Amino acid sequence: MPMEHVDGEDKGKIVLFALSTCQWCRKTRLLLEELEVDFSYIYVDLLEGEERSEIIEEVKKYNPQLSFPTLVLDDGEVIVGFNEEGIREALA
Amino acid sequence: MSQADDARVDEFYERLKEQVEEAGYHLNSDVEFTKALLESILVNEDRYGYGACPCRLASGIKEEDLDIICPCYYRDPDLEEYDACYCGLYVSGDILSGEKQLTAIPERRPAPDERIVRGEDETGTLGLESISNLPLPVWRCGVCGYLCAREGPPEICPICKVGKERFERFI
Repeated sequence: MPMEHVDGEDKGKIVLFALSTCQWCRKTRLLLEELEVDFSYIYVDLLEGEERSEIIEEVKKYNPQLSFPTLVLDDGEVIVGFNEEGIREALA
Repeated sequence: MSQADDARVDEFYERLKEQVEEAGYHLNSDVEFTKALLESILVNEDRYGYGACPCRLASGIKEEDLDIICPCYYRDPDLEEYDACYCGLYVSGDILSGEKQLTAIPERRPAPDERIVRGEDETGTLGLESISNLPLPVWRCGVCGYLCAREGPPEICPICKVGKERFERFI
């Protein structure tokens, strides 16, 4: 899986499913960088074929509406959309 | 982004701004944010052949994505309820004047399993039976709701300027 990794403080496994074209996704990624946590992200719109279908099914498991950004935290909490307060609280 | 791309985005921005203001809409006044979205719409135009919403996952099949070609079918209901479109590209007068703050809003588009895709050979009636004594069919613009009674939809919506593929037969 072509995840990009950003090094930072270990707050468990954090995965951001995002679109390369979306400004709210960008804001979410920049917020995670600002919080200096260790996380991975993937741009679903840049995937093709089987890889794309697999990731789409995975995102739908966390967020059936298949909207972006979808942020999955280590404890299973899912934060959909650029919810700055929610993300700051969850990673405080 | 190359300089040529910059010029293309600037031209798109100026043209769109004038067009939407004329139709009574407002682009986000954060020019950097707005231009980044417009650049992404151009990326999608190049990638898919249509300017899909940058904040939604396009399928690459135009018939499945008619509802999310920018401006999308959800823009006006979102402006009404949340003062901005899903991307934050279009904002209400209250946000423009600073009276309200722009925030991310919930997705209004139905989940993939709940979407109704119009088949190519269907006329796209909105679940309504035709009224048999009307001399002409009535067409509805999916973006702004403009209605017109004529043999077919206009090439371009005279109100919001989207193409005729965005119309559905209403009556």
